[in-house]
Amino acid sequence: MKVRAQIGMVLNLDKCIGCHTCSITCKNVWTSREGVEYAWFNNVETKPGIGFPKEWENQQKWHGGWTKNASGELELKIGGKRRVLANIFANPDLPEIDDYYEPFDFDYQHLHNAPDSKHQPVARPRSLISGQRMEKIEWGPNWEEILGTEFEKRKKDQNFNDVVQKDIYGQFEKTFMMYLPRLCEHCLNPACVAACPSGAVYKREEDGIVLIDQDKCRGWRMCVSACPYKKIYYNWKTGKSEKCTFCFPRIEAGQPTVCSETCVGRIRYLGVLLYDADKIAAAASVANEQDLYQAQLDIFLNPNDPKVIAAARAEGIPDNWINAAQNSPVYMMAMDWKVALPLHPEYRTLPMVWYVPPLSPIQSAVQAGHVGMNGEIPDLKSLRIPLKYLANLLTAGDEKPVVRALERMIAMRAFKRAQQVDGVEDLAVLQQVGLTAHQVEEMYRYMALANYEDRFVIPTSHRAYAENAYDLKSSCGFSFGNGCGDGNNGVNLFGSKAKGVRQVIPVELKD
Amino acid sequence: MSYFDHLAFGIYPYIAFAVMLIGSWIRYDREQYSWKTSSSQLLEKKELRRGSIPFHIGILAILGGHAVGLLTPAEVWHVLGISAAFKQMIAMGVGGFFGLICLYGLVILLKRRLTNPRVRASSNPMDIALLWLLLAQLLLGLTSIFVSAGHMDGSEMLKLMAWAQNTVTFDSAEAVAAMQGVHWIFKAHIVLGMTLFVVFPFSRLVHMLSVPLQYIRRPHQIVRQRFVR
Repeated sequence: MKVRAQIGMVLNLDKCIGCHTCSITCKNVWTSREGVEYAWFNNVETKPGIGFPKEWENQQKWHGGWTKNASGELELKIGGKRRVLANIFANPDLPEIDDYYEPFDFDYQHLHNAPDSKHQPVARPRSLISGQRMEKIEWGPNWEEILGTEFEKRKKDQNFNDVVQKDIYGQFEKTFMMYLPRLCEHCLNPACVAACPSGAVYKREEDGIVLIDQDKCRGWRMCVSACPYKKIYYNWKTGKSEKCTFCFPRIEAGQPTVCSETCVGRIRYLGVLLYDADKIAAAASVANEQDLYQAQLDIFLNPNDPKVIAAARAEGIPDNWINAAQNSPVYMMAMDWKVALPLHPEYRTLPMVWYVPPLSPIQSAVQAGHVGMNGEIPDLKSLRIPLKYLANLLTAGDEKPVVRALERMIAMRAFKRAQQVDGVEDLAVLQQVGLTAHQVEEMYRYMALANYEDRFVIPTSHRAYAENAYDLKSSCGFSFGNGCGDGNNGVNLFGSKAKGVRQVIPVELKD
Repeated sequence: MSYFDHLAFGIYPYIAFAVMLIGSWIRYDREQYSWKTSSSQLLEKKELRRGSIPFHIGILAILGGHAVGLLTPAEVWHVLGISAAFKQMIAMGVGGFFGLICLYGLVILLKRRLTNPRVRASSNPMDIALLWLLLAQLLLGLTSIFVSAGHMDGSEMLKLMAWAQNTVTFDSAEAVAAMQGVHWIFKAHIVLGMTLFVVFPFSRLVHMLSVPLQYIRRPHQIVRQRFVR
């Protein structure tokens, strides 16, 4: 047993209101620079839809993630190591900027200095890459917001595979939607790390955060292809790939990531998970895709087990990390209550950002007697979002874990309603879903009340002990590229343009 | 022996190599962040694939051919039983073949860099200058095949081999002497070639030194420690 600790995240989709605050605060902090205007380390998609970049879930097209080769071994879907190197002159699986969108800005200045004219001046869009006029914006990071674009296009969503009669969901009366905020999954078996020819992408041992060494990255772009979630972005300005950093400077200081901190719906949870690193390879290569969810659960370790604690201490995991693991909301939701599920486990990367599936309208139909009851709980087949759709998203198509999670959430509501409104303890409903009253009270506390200190249980790293603080005196802190010495002196000997200079052609004034 | 010959074939090669070595060293040491392929594939994919693959295959074959052909001593060829005339024929045939492949790719890449608005706007002056330099060098090399066709005995090639081998063994006087009477097109090709060495550390050419061959051997996953406990 090799115990490692990782900060994981859970997003409670049942409470996501799709406000994009996470995306915007993330962008302001991390990607408001030239070269990554198009990159959203965190984005919120409206599902069903093809997503961002276009059809990212279609691995027949992009070849992201892992697959099992003829001899049953785990291999990158973009190909084995030799094939990766053979494609180094031109990566066949790289999305183009138009698969994301061409970044643009508007000529706002024109509104100020337009000459007197018969018509109101307008701010027209301009490409941030070429500086040229864009006559029509064809696509953006959130083009499908709240069922934008026609169903014909959105139905290419891969999660519709095997959904019976998917065409009826194009009808107004039958339509459904949900929000899916996405960020880097900080996988246990990251495909991006395995694909990087330079060895620049790595996973941190202390907290499991996957990062790109900007100095070592040479811009071969294989990580962009290999990541099945398409959460690595190539910076066209610096020629290096960049990704979600899980806000590691904040995590190290015991603070939640920016997206979690600013989430108005309080849907995000951060906590420590202990896992057995020796079992990763076996878990990622189980034969049946639908067993991957259970296989991943099996490598998580119980932080209250004395054997695990002893092994963790032997590995040098600090006590405050073990404590945090014992109070981890992520562990509770994923392991105790099993309401959180991984996103697309079939990619075999063992993702570490998990999702609580959303409930969808059913109640009014129940009251009107249109829906059959399954004991105390309405028949989930009548949920507006098809179970198969959620299962394709979260459990490689296996509906049972999704049903269990949804039923438990409904049971929690039924129990609390009986308790608060009728003043009775409705234990029957809990029995039906296999929960105890104590568990449900905890679920209520964590998922309904969702207090700050319950949502974010992040141990600080022992930086002061680990590094000689005196040597860090007047050093650089967190920085990009070459750090304090960025090599910029106006005339750059090595041919990179000055940073932060936008090449936008000035607006011509015409009468 | 003119002063120009002495400068161009006796001294300039050493300056060029020194600039390349020291420049690359400093850049690697001080400017890791700038050490990259500078790929523009994200901005334009189709033309890049059409151009980049033949360009790279062609130029790698040509570079390898030059290294082997110029630096292997004539005695070795003799032992192998390969006559100078025969070697020249091989060089012309193989070099010409890969030269044309490389030219095909290079022209596509140059056209793309100049005409695609996205790629053009994100290009450095050096990116464009480099493509022109490579094109000029490649055309000189390809044209020299016709010059070589005028004397199939391999004598001119032996002179060039003598120049290269004397240069790497620091016999610069011998090297300059070997270049006497060589057709101007070879001379131009050498001077421009040395210039490419000068340009090397200041351009994206440095990515050549980062061919990730170690990737084949390394394990899939990489885990680093932030803090040494």
